[in-house]
Amino acid sequence: MNTDPMVPDLFRVQKVRKETLDTFTLELSPKQKKFRFEPGQFNMLYVSGAGEIPISISGNPNQPESLIHTTRAVGSVTNAMRKLKAGDYLGVRGPFGTKWPVDKAMGDDVVIITGGIGLAPLRPAVYDILAKRGRYGNVVLLYGARTPEDILYPKEIMGWRSRFDMDVHVTVDRAAGSWHSNVGVVTKLIPKAPFDPQNTTAFICGPEVMIRFTTQELKKRGLSDDKIYVSMERNMKCAIGFCGHCQLGPYFVCKDGPVFRYDEIKRLLEIREV
Amino acid sequence: MTHAVLERPDLKSLFNILQKAGYTTIAPTVRDNVITYENVTDQSELPIGMTDDQKNGSYRLKKRKDKSVFGFVVGPQSWKKFLYPARLKLWEAHRNGKSFSIAKPENEEKKLAFIGVRPCEMSAISIQDKVFLKSTFVDSAYSSRREQLFTVIVNCTEPGGTCFCTSMDTGPRAKKDYDLALTEVVKKDQHYFLVEIGSDQGKEIANKLPLKEASEEQVSEADKRLNEAARKMGKALKTDGVKDLLYENAENPHWEKVAERCMTCANCTMVCPTCFCSTMEDSTDLSGEIAERWRTWDSCFTMDFSYVHGGSIRNSSSARYRQWLTHKLGSWQDQFGTSGCVGCGRCITWCPVGIDITEEIKTLQECDSRKSKSN
Amino acid sequence: METLKQYLQEHPFFEGLPENDVDLLVGCAKNVRFETGAQIFREGEKANQFFILRHGRVAIDIYSPGKGNITVETLDAGEVFGWSWLVPPFCWNFDARVIELTRAVAMDAECLRKKLKSDPRLGYEMFKRFAKVMTQRLQAQRVQLLDVYSA
Repeated sequence: MNTDPMVPDLFRVQKVRKETLDTFTLELSPKQKKFRFEPGQFNMLYVSGAGEIPISISGNPNQPESLIHTTRAVGSVTNAMRKLKAGDYLGVRGPFGTKWPVDKAMGDDVVIITGGIGLAPLRPAVYDILAKRGRYGNVVLLYGARTPEDILYPKEIMGWRSRFDMDVHVTVDRAAGSWHSNVGVVTKLIPKAPFDPQNTTAFICGPEVMIRFTTQELKKRGLSDDKIYVSMERNMKCAIGFCGHCQLGPYFVCKDGPVFRYDEIKRLLEIREV
Repeated sequence: MTHAVLERPDLKSLFNILQKAGYTTIAPTVRDNVITYENVTDQSELPIGMTDDQKNGSYRLKKRKDKSVFGFVVGPQSWKKFLYPARLKLWEAHRNGKSFSIAKPENEEKKLAFIGVRPCEMSAISIQDKVFLKSTFVDSAYSSRREQLFTVIVNCTEPGGTCFCTSMDTGPRAKKDYDLALTEVVKKDQHYFLVEIGSDQGKEIANKLPLKEASEEQVSEADKRLNEAARKMGKALKTDGVKDLLYENAENPHWEKVAERCMTCANCTMVCPTCFCSTMEDSTDLSGEIAERWRTWDSCFTMDFSYVHGGSIRNSSSARYRQWLTHKLGSWQDQFGTSGCVGCGRCITWCPVGIDITEEIKTLQECDSRKSKSN
Repeated sequence: METLKQYLQEHPFFEGLPENDVDLLVGCAKNVRFETGAQIFREGEKANQFFILRHGRVAIDIYSPGKGNITVETLDAGEVFGWSWLVPPFCWNFDARVIELTRAVAMDAECLRKKLKSDPRLGYEMFKRFAKVMTQRLQAQRVQLLDVYSA
């Protein structure tokens, strides 16, 4: 990493892959040999002339030879990003932020609950857990998407589903004819998911509304707040705790988060417009 | 010699000696009907015989009856603009083919000497030190300016109408972190500065000044005036438990009442000597060959500040005012181990509608929602 | 009859219902089984039953010309479906289609309405239980309505 955390390093675009109608994956190669990161961390990505935004890392932490980001084209920077071609360059600052508690969760059942693009920041955690599969109890992924066409990484999810050591349940908000899986909100999958509430760590990533309903449902199962981890999203400009934009009460989401233990931020999530 | 005296006519030498030591001297001067801190090369440019009358939402410059050099309080701008500039180029990118190269601009930092820093402002600098130098990361631009800084405090003998430094324990007399501290005394037949040395650097400069040993009477006169000043604060703020008060009153209906007055103009954040929020501006030249990134001051009062795709988290003015005040007096303590307020009163003076943070805290203390809960 | 009673007692929907109430209800119940792909009922048809799902999965569909069937919800073992029998004009508002082989207990609406009318206490109890199910479904639909995963 550059000596000054505000100055980006250049990364070469290896591939831009369309995922769903509005999401895509960037495969970047670092100029230095390796890019090490922890599951849950993010980078600031800069597209020349368009600007810079925070995007979580969605690749495999055990394969640091390439840097993978999946994101949705929603604003000017991500739209410029989508138009990048192999051989183009973009600026990267990072990695920043806290990680999913993949170590602390060892010995526990792990339930990963996510919706929409929220699967992208959790994929590194899935890779890491599966790489050390023997050290965890049940591993459960509950994933909600808008429609079957909006499901991210469908092939990979199929691969996970076919494993005998992982429970994967996908639900969509609505579906046309050929869909044979669940239709309904992701929280509906929680009551029957196979985990022992006394020994479970939950990872949640998704829109804040989803986080709210998901934590409620987990509490009904008897999970305690300090075993639930959530990833938060706020406006970010610097990613190093100086610009002030990402403040969530006393926390800077960029360096105290994005992954928080739920009991630390529960009070704040109950206040509106905080 | 910890107490010495610099006679009024010798103030000139303070500038000369600092300049000879390689410092650019920054000091208060009158500009556009306010007192601001600028590059001042000679003592004659100081606001001699001037004062400022400050009230909620009001600032008026006036002539004094005497020839005090530092007979005013603080102007709208703080020293922040020198250590943490309102606009700073972070880097420049040059395109070459599909790639580009990124470089930081050349550093040509001048050694700065601040003359006339108020004790509250020295505390503000120490608070920004905690933000930019003592948290997880170090801001290199701030650090290169700060490391070379020389500070000359002028203690306050005449607090203004919106001052409350005694409440925040930052004045009217500076306790630490400075190089030299002066207390100005103007009497019928005497005009002198009592000098205190706060650092080795300060001692070095003091050794070159035409100082005299202070008489007991000169020391006690200065003490007397500073003690009086502490009793003459324009405002007061009860800081006991203020963090919990703000945390527990996030949904107090009083925020709505402040919002009825607040214009979310961001003045309070711009004049505040500790507010540190910034944003990034990217610009590209017409050819697309050169791109630049600039850091500029930002304010939590703007809608864009909390924008996350789809909308702003803090849509209402009440949420934005609450964020500012809760951060300043509350969450700042959790983040940096200190309050973010030094009691300089600028946010009260420069609020176009005269919102007074000491009053708002008092109201919250009176209508603390925890009280009504326990009833 | 004994197995039917047991099915009802074991089903979460009837949890805690006194045995004599179950005895009364079981008179309206019968065992049903639907193969994958079967249409259990269609929008507009007379709602003369409701179903206690014991096994399998059922999709609740709305037919939209040009788009075909849009599934808005799926229901699994442990859930109930169909409440159109409770409210006039007693017609189904949706289609119900079997996704996975489904075993259920079908409750005859005519029979139930008669029993509940003559036993208002049990009627109230049943309405309370349906109200809870309906509230949960409504809340879930509201969250879906927010379209939270969209940009």
